[in-house]
This record gives sequence, structure tokens and C-alpha cells, in this order.
Amino acid sequence: MNKAQLDPFFSLLTTGSEAKTRQALVQFCEWLSQQASGRELSGTVELVLAEALNNIAEHAYAQLPPGPVQIDANLISGSLTVRLRDCGHLLPNAVMPEGRLPDTDVPLESLPEGGFGWFLIHNLTQHLSYQHVGGENHLELRFDTNLQSG
Amino acid sequence: MELQSNIHNGIDIITVNAGRIDAAAAIQFKDAMRAAMDQGPDRFILDLSQVTFVDSSGLGAIVASLKQMGAGRRFDLAGLTPDVDKVFRLTRMDTVFDIYADTDAATVRATG
Repeated sequence: MNKAQLDPFFSLLTTGSEAKTRQALVQFCEWLSQQASGRELSGTVELVLAEALNNIAEHAYAQLPPGPVQIDANLISGSLTVRLRDCGHLLPNAVMPEGRLPDTDVPLESLPEGGFGWFLIHNLTQHLSYQHVGGENHLELRFDTNLQSG
Repeated sequence: MELQSNIHNGIDIITVNAGRIDAAAAIQFKDAMRAAMDQGPDRFILDLSQVTFVDSSGLGAIVASLKQMGAGRRFDLAGLTPDVDKVFRLTRMDTVFDIYADTDAATVRATG
């Protein structure tokens, strides 16, 4: 039976840099696309993980050499949970930014070129939690396949 | 980042020959776009039909290209794949750009 060969767990130790983030995303999406209920999630999850991992590379490890990032995920009963751990700077005030959408109804020269990351993370996940424990940042993201509208 | 520029009837169709405009590619993309737009005509269509993934850094780089274009010029997008289209819709950047199904549709609109 084919299904029994599918591994519902993913684990990867990577590095908090932009180039390594790209490689990690490709590996993650390969795993996700092998899961029966993972395919429909793939585009959404890749975008959210890209934003979260880029945040780690650009902010958590800002002014530091790129450090380790541990990615652990499981897809059980149509619910995908991804945990990201890094040893970089904690989020400002140790809380997740609200993720408000930058205003696009502005003159051309004032159009936002960034600030979308946390908005996309909040908008495309069903559950989010952040903790700074033992010198590590722990970010947990959950996606429910039955709630995705595409 | 490889961009291919085809000028036809005064419209520069810039094709992105890459699958991803992400954080790792954003600066290269911006530089390549600046080089292409420095010398191009007044109308540009960015053909994204080969691009399957754009993150917020890539989106920012595309917005930066629009901003550096300068007054009196026009910059439209064509051929957005589903996941790329979704990023533009979620961030409301679909209200900032004129977006066409493909370069043919964009060309007709731009000359019409």
C-alpha cells in the first residue's frame, strides 16, 4: 500500500540565509507534495514559510553570521503543523508583529516595497504561536487543509 | 537573474527567465530591471509566465521597478501563474498594477 510509505514527518536543519532558505523551501515542498492532503496546501505554505524563514535570515540573524534554523513539520488528519527554531535575536518586545497590510492607496512614489511578510503569515495560517525559550525563537504555524479556499 | 527584452511596436516586453523572484533573487532582479528600463521605450510589459513563486521580497522588487520607471511611462504585468497572482491579490497590489492574462492581451490593451 502506497500510503504507508509516505512519511508524515519532515525534519531539516538548515541555515538562516536567503540562499539556504530557497533550498530548504524546495525540499519542504517536495515532501509536502508527496502527501495526499499536502498538494493543495503547497503554494500557500511555501509563501508563508518563505516569509518566516526570510524574517529569520534578515532579522533574527541580523548583524550575526547566519545561524542554524531547525524546521520540523507533520501533516496529520489534514492539519499541517510547522515548527521553526532559530538562535537569533528575539522578536521586538518578544511578540509577533500584528501584520497589518501596508496601504497601497498612495501616490506611486510612496508605494510600499516591504512590510507584507507578517501580514501574509497571519492571513494564510489558521494558528500561530511564538515563544522565546532557552535562547531560541520558536515559531509554530498551523494550516488546515479543509479550510483552504485556494 | 536573466531577463529577456523584446521591443515590438514601441513596447518592451521583458520576460523573466527564472522560476522564482524571491529574497535570494530580489536585488539581482531589481538591478536587471533598472538596466532594462534605463534604455527602453515608454511602455513595458513584464512577462511573469515562467515565474511560479514570488515572495514579499520579490513583490517589493517588482514594486520598486514600477517606482523607478519615471513619470510618463507605463509598466504592466502579464502571465501571472496562480500562486503569483494570489500574492498580488492578497497584498492588494492587483489594484496598483494593470495585470493581463498574457503578453498578447497586454499588447492589445497597450496599443488600443
